[in-house]
Amino acid sequence: MSGYFKEIFDGGKSLLVGLGITFKQMIQPVVTERYPRTAPKMPPRYRGHIDLVRDEEGNNKCIACGMCQRNCPTGCITIKGEKPEGAKKKVLTFYRLDFTTCSLCGICVESCPTDALEFSKEYNLAGYSAGDFVFDLLKRCEERRR
Amino acid sequence: MAELPEIFRVMAYVGGIMAFVGLNAAFLVWMERKVAGHIQRRIGPKEVGPFGILQSLADGIKLMSKQLVVPAKADPILYRVAPALTMITAVMVFVVIPFGPALVARDINIGLLLIFAIASVNVLALLIGGWGSNNKYSVISATRAVSQNVAYEVPMLITVVTMVMIVGSMNLNEIVGQQGNLLQWYIFPWNGSILLPVAFVIFFICSLAETNRAPFDLGEAESELVAGFHTEYGGMGFGLFFLGEYGHVFVGCALASILFLGGWQCPFGWMPGVHWMMIKTYLLIFVVMWIRWTYPRTTLYGLLNLSWKVMVPFSLAVLLVTAAMLKVF
Amino acid sequence: MSEWAADPSYETFVLNMGPQHPATHGALRVKLRMDGEYIVEAEPVLGYIHRMHEKMGENRTYLQFMPNTGRLDYLSALSYNHGYVSAVERAAGITVPERAEYLRVITVELNRISSHLLWVGAFVLDLGGFTPLLYAMDDREQILDLLERVTGSRLTYCYFRFGGLYNDVDDDFEAGARAIVKRMRDKLPMYHNLISKNIILRQRLEGVGPITGEMCRKYGATGPVARGSGIPYDVRRHEPYSVYPELDFDIPVYEQGDSMARYLVRMDEIEQSLRIIEQGLDKMPDGPVMAEKVPKIIKPPKGDYYFAVEAARGSFGVRLVSDGTNTPYRLKLRSPCFSNVSLFGEAARGMLLADAVAMFGSLDLVIPDIDR
Repeated sequence: MSGYFKEIFDGGKSLLVGLGITFKQMIQPVVTERYPRTAPKMPPRYRGHIDLVRDEEGNNKCIACGMCQRNCPTGCITIKGEKPEGAKKKVLTFYRLDFTTCSLCGICVESCPTDALEFSKEYNLAGYSAGDFVFDLLKRCEERRR
Repeated sequence: MAELPEIFRVMAYVGGIMAFVGLNAAFLVWMERKVAGHIQRRIGPKEVGPFGILQSLADGIKLMSKQLVVPAKADPILYRVAPALTMITAVMVFVVIPFGPALVARDINIGLLLIFAIASVNVLALLIGGWGSNNKYSVISATRAVSQNVAYEVPMLITVVTMVMIVGSMNLNEIVGQQGNLLQWYIFPWNGSILLPVAFVIFFICSLAETNRAPFDLGEAESELVAGFHTEYGGMGFGLFFLGEYGHVFVGCALASILFLGGWQCPFGWMPGVHWMMIKTYLLIFVVMWIRWTYPRTTLYGLLNLSWKVMVPFSLAVLLVTAAMLKVF
Repeated sequence: MSEWAADPSYETFVLNMGPQHPATHGALRVKLRMDGEYIVEAEPVLGYIHRMHEKMGENRTYLQFMPNTGRLDYLSALSYNHGYVSAVERAAGITVPERAEYLRVITVELNRISSHLLWVGAFVLDLGGFTPLLYAMDDREQILDLLERVTGSRLTYCYFRFGGLYNDVDDDFEAGARAIVKRMRDKLPMYHNLISKNIILRQRLEGVGPITGEMCRKYGATGPVARGSGIPYDVRRHEPYSVYPELDFDIPVYEQGDSMARYLVRMDEIEQSLRIIEQGLDKMPDGPVMAEKVPKIIKPPKGDYYFAVEAARGSFGVRLVSDGTNTPYRLKLRSPCFSNVSLFGEAARGMLLADAVAMFGSLDLVIPDIDR
């Protein structure tokens, strides 16, 4: 019989403790990050989609060796390069990233021998068709120069 | 308003109560989301209107503009009747609730009995709604809701009988009238029976279970039964269940405040009126919400055990002790 | 089906829990044969999100398979990275600098805490309590923020490389990790008061969904499920790898085998992980985080290799059969959730639906890990 009352008493106490905790949480300030109103700051190592690095003159450092294309697990990178007349190195003419299949692993950045790739800090990516996520990185690089 | 012809009086009250049930539900949805938000360290709705207060209006418009879909193999009559029935019961119980000294639609001397008689019909709505939707989850939920309501009506009515014994009336206005100030509230043990606080707790827990609120929301049981009896309802069918639920929550809390906390009377004796009724009721509703966002759900067997092994013996004890005390003193 | 259940006068009905159901947390279907609210038979139906990870492994170079490992059990991706990386390192004979191993252990344990926190929240959500989920998410957020600063990603980290790490941690990492240890130590009593001691929860968990040690052995269940049933098996202790032998930690074991035991094992594991992180931060040496002589293209010698790690949900094993080329000949991933879900059918027999949901939650299943 005393066990019966003890159980009710202990149970009731545990319930009141629970109420106390939630009340204490309720009067504390909220922790919500009001996302569209205040944009979060991405840490320096944040892995967004890749971008071409620009050197001091604003040119890309790519030598069109194709390492990123070969190492990409999902084959989302397509590059083309050609050797202009008289030049020593190949020059990048086309760099397409199909972001729909990219898994953001960063192997392309790591395998690049000239450190010509970096992660962008973009996270606000939304579009109406899959075509919106096929990026021409060379064009993006040109655009940023302006 | 007593001098108005009866028919106008009735029409005014029907309109008023309907409007109140709707507005009250809209406000309670917003309040629930705000309370839940702050308990969880979130903000809750904030975009529509100041502090998001118009959010439920927007949700209501959305619900009303949705197509009413009747599932192919559902019982067409029962499926349509159920949401209306739950709404009708919710509106009807408001008839006898005294919001203020004169603000009551029908001041009848069996008001308390009427409320329980009509509110019990609500469970029928849940049953036929769950049965009529032809969904296995809904049927399980409906049977759960019925056994839950049967189990909890017993201790609740025993407590109410205790109160009627003390007050000597089933007229709600009279019950309120006897609790002129804080010290005369029936929640305190010196007003008739030493076990009155226990009676209040029993009544409150039972009204939680009666209105299918957490932690007794076995009928809805979102993570087990998807949405229980209203799984198959969309648009305003769901909306009516929702309105009905909040209507019943309000009635449950209003009854608790009438029986134990002095209804429209002021605790300090000045300016009694509808505002005190509202303050007390909404405070109790806040507690209901606070409880909902703190506890996990009980199981059906835990709930029935609580009813038959704890609530019923305790309410019987309250009844006996009260009867003995009334006889002795 | 037992004989009495085959009797035609015995009426039962089939209830499909899933593929879309709030309690399965993913595309898993459980076919339940019900007698009212009692379960007569339960059969998990798998394969709704099968993605052929093992076959993909055969068609990719060793490095290219790296991102896939984080997508098996996305909640403890680092453990899976660790298992795969270590398996390839064992095959190719690469030794990893000590600092890298310490950082691996610290980040894996942080990941384990975040995984257990999410589980606690989702588990209580299964039982109908919404609020603890948000508290757990808030604490988990701090861990994810820290890991994001280190690895650049919040969920599928892909942080480890053959021979070490992708990059060293920044200067704030140690302070951040210590802050998380302190925060979690402060917060754990709150969780115990709100969840473990709550009478409603105790009634729902204690004695519900018993799994015997015998059953765990039969189905190969590992991790907290086995430890909750009295089997003190932890890969970190029994097949020591990385720097775990140098760290002092306990293996929480409970004998009861009910849902409460599994819950308590995980809560205690959070505490032990905090201890491991603290010791790791104290003992971590300076130095490089990448081995010096790692071949650009990994070609392990011909052979058959196996490496197991203790992931948040149990023993995750990688079996690698190499034919000497730059892609594996066969890559078998032994995922803990597959074994753990297998015993659900036997354990759920005769249970109430609500209790079965509680037990299902206590198994802590990640569906992509089951289907691979």
